[in-house]
Amino acid sequence: MNGLWLGVIGTSLIAFLLKFTGHSIPEKYLTNPRMLRINTLIPIALLSALVGVQTLTEKGKWVIDQRLAGVAVAVIALSLKAPYFVVVVSAAVTSAALYRL
Amino acid sequence: MNRATATQSLSVSFTVGLYGTAFGAASIAAGFSILQTCLLSLLTFSGASQFAIVGVMGAGGSAISGIATASLLGIRNGLYGLRMAPLLKVSGLKRVVAAQVTIDESTGVAIGQEDLGIDAMKQGFWLTGFGVYIFWNIFTLLGALGAQAMGNPSAWGLDAAVPAAFLGLVWPRLTGKFERVLAASSILLAIALSPIISAGLPIIATALLAAAFGWKERR
Repeated sequence: MNGLWLGVIGTSLIAFLLKFTGHSIPEKYLTNPRMLRINTLIPIALLSALVGVQTLTEKGKWVIDQRLAGVAVAVIALSLKAPYFVVVVSAAVTSAALYRL
Repeated sequence: MNRATATQSLSVSFTVGLYGTAFGAASIAAGFSILQTCLLSLLTFSGASQFAIVGVMGAGGSAISGIATASLLGIRNGLYGLRMAPLLKVSGLKRVVAAQVTIDESTGVAIGQEDLGIDAMKQGFWLTGFGVYIFWNIFTLLGALGAQAMGNPSAWGLDAAVPAAFLGLVWPRLTGKFERVLAASSILLAIALSPIISAGLPIIATALLAAAFGWKERR
């Protein structure tokens, strides 16, 4: 089995176990305010990190290329309250246009 | 059957389902096969986690760091389950199904129906859960097929579409200065660590940043 399959199966298995555990344990076990606070912050940290790494690095090296322009356009689209799809497509179109220049 | 709840569930399902296209395309661009891409949507069924595994592994990270990142993002579904279980009161196979469709949107719509009573909340949960499941999987397949037909991901801007998709997921969470500072710090930390530690780990490292930020109560 190669790495990608391991990734697909492992992610799916754990994703389901997390969901099912939530449905199966009494609520009183998870009311620690610190854990709840950290849990709401984790997606912010991880997703932001993914944005940074996918925009400015390639194979462990810092790279500035058309992707940065695409993501900059996405930032503008988001601040104009554009729908998600417009955000993604405008980033793609910008990046593709620069790549093909 | 409450009509307002049904309408809201359907519109949320369709809009969110459309993002499946972006995931399908991103997954193919990251090197996953169409089968693997569709299985991620059918089995993992949690957008942020799915984007994370293909993002990390596409950038050359190991399966373990990809799974770890995806799973950290999946913890919140467990908390949603905790919230939904006393409302749904299901067991056996029904609980398995309920767990699988416990995501941001089904929980969000259910909580949004609080004023309309418990039946409307349950209805919102199930309709949105099933609705997103159906549309998300259809659009994942379409996105995957489309991306495969396109060939070189950079020529079509897919290399920028993926970070833009992540950005769109995190943007609504940046509700105040505190959240924005955390986001900016996470970007800087992950980029700074990228040349030093193997792909995937810089992302996971930012979970520690989240822990540090959330350690003390804010006033």
